[in-house]
Amino acid sequence: MSKSGSNAVGSGQVQRQVQLPLSKAVEIALKSMRVRMGRSILTLITIVMAMAFLTEVWLSNRFGPVIRTELLAKAHLKAHGPPVDGSRLVWLISLSLLVCLVGISNAMLMSVMERFREIGTMKCLGALDSFILKLFVLESIFLGVAGTICGIVLGVVLAVGIMVARYSTAAWPLIPWGGVPWICLAALGIGTAITAAAAMYPAWKAARMEPIAAMRVEV
Amino acid sequence: MVMAAKTAGAVAGREEIVRTIDVVKEYRMGDQTLKALKGVSVTIYRGEYISIMGPSGSGKSTLFNAIGGLDKPSSGKVFIDEVDVAQLDALELAWLRCRKIGYIFQTFNLIPVMTALENVALPMIFGGMLEADARDKAKAILERVELGHRIDNKPSQLSGGQQQRVAIARAFANDPAIILADEPTGNLDLNTGKAIIALLKEMNQERGVTVISATHDLKMLDISDRIFWIRDGEVEKIQRRDEVTIDAGEMH
Repeated sequence: MSKSGSNAVGSGQVQRQVQLPLSKAVEIALKSMRVRMGRSILTLITIVMAMAFLTEVWLSNRFGPVIRTELLAKAHLKAHGPPVDGSRLVWLISLSLLVCLVGISNAMLMSVMERFREIGTMKCLGALDSFILKLFVLESIFLGVAGTICGIVLGVVLAVGIMVARYSTAAWPLIPWGGVPWICLAALGIGTAITAAAAMYPAWKAARMEPIAAMRVEV
Repeated sequence: MVMAAKTAGAVAGREEIVRTIDVVKEYRMGDQTLKALKGVSVTIYRGEYISIMGPSGSGKSTLFNAIGGLDKPSSGKVFIDEVDVAQLDALELAWLRCRKIGYIFQTFNLIPVMTALENVALPMIFGGMLEADARDKAKAILERVELGHRIDNKPSQLSGGQQQRVAIARAFANDPAIILADEPTGNLDLNTGKAIIALLKEMNQERGVTVISATHDLKMLDISDRIFWIRDGEVEKIQRRDEVTIDAGEMH
């Protein structure tokens, strides 16, 4: 039953590996996330909060003035204080996105360090650097996209909720929905870009790991 | 069995599979240079079962890693199947590890998120095989190592001996020319270790694969064709099995 005949290589020629199984990388990345569910969820929460904040601020900036002028025109209400201070918000958003970036990066680095032996083993089995790189970038992007989508939904709910709370239900029909999809798309783009950027260094570190790491005995 | 006889013939023909020439490995520790290997030249033939024995710190692991293309020597050359390992680029090295060498580790090193079947199929997928074919072949090899009933179990659901069997199946996945086993029995109890050694020997004979094992497990002596004794970064002696006399006072 054995196929010992196929061992008769020894031509002295080394061929190149051609196939790079992306679907396999996706599968492994998803499974690894499931195994580290607790940490994946923590990272996810960071992304959700940051993206919800970003979306909410963008939407409020868009909704607020429109609703205010409409309502003032109908003379139902007086102006509610000065408009929101834009520059401070930009700072806050940048800060929250930065925290998010560092958080993801840190979580991914931990994941790389934990899996040194797994990475080394895969390299012993013939995985190319690019495969390992893909594995970690994909893992991060999956988290990023999932977190961003949840964040956007939360952000929209918050923005609408705040409008209704501030201007009563009279604000509901006045909400300018037109720009919402664009804002959501932009937030999705930013969220994905940030998570991909955050994964770069950890993924690079993983890809550069020597196969000899598989031999290290200590945990 | 006919095949086994044929490969045994090839062994008699003494076809070289690994050759090291004056391999030196130095490690820098601060301003001191530590010589882990002081010029080792050995030749290993196709189909042999080799044990590299030596106490820890003897340079045994360093030699093993150099032979396996896992570590570059400071000077000297390592040829695997007539290819100078130092001349290979990253892609070619990956190919070599994938197709020519099968690795077995002390700590089993199965991918924890994958089932036994997926673990065995992985090197074949890296090697460009279609997933369905890889799974069929993985199943056949797992049946060969008597784990046909555990193919869908994760490593955490398997005992140490079973995990090592999966690892052996995985090492044989791409029909490599060489199996490198680093202390394959180091984490196993006596009987499980014996069974694993027996399995390695069977696979060695049945498939004509060269097995190179770094170990200090004396159970390995019995089945090895030759034993390389390493001490202080040098090959102290090379013995054939029939030359080995186990003297309890001088095990290492």
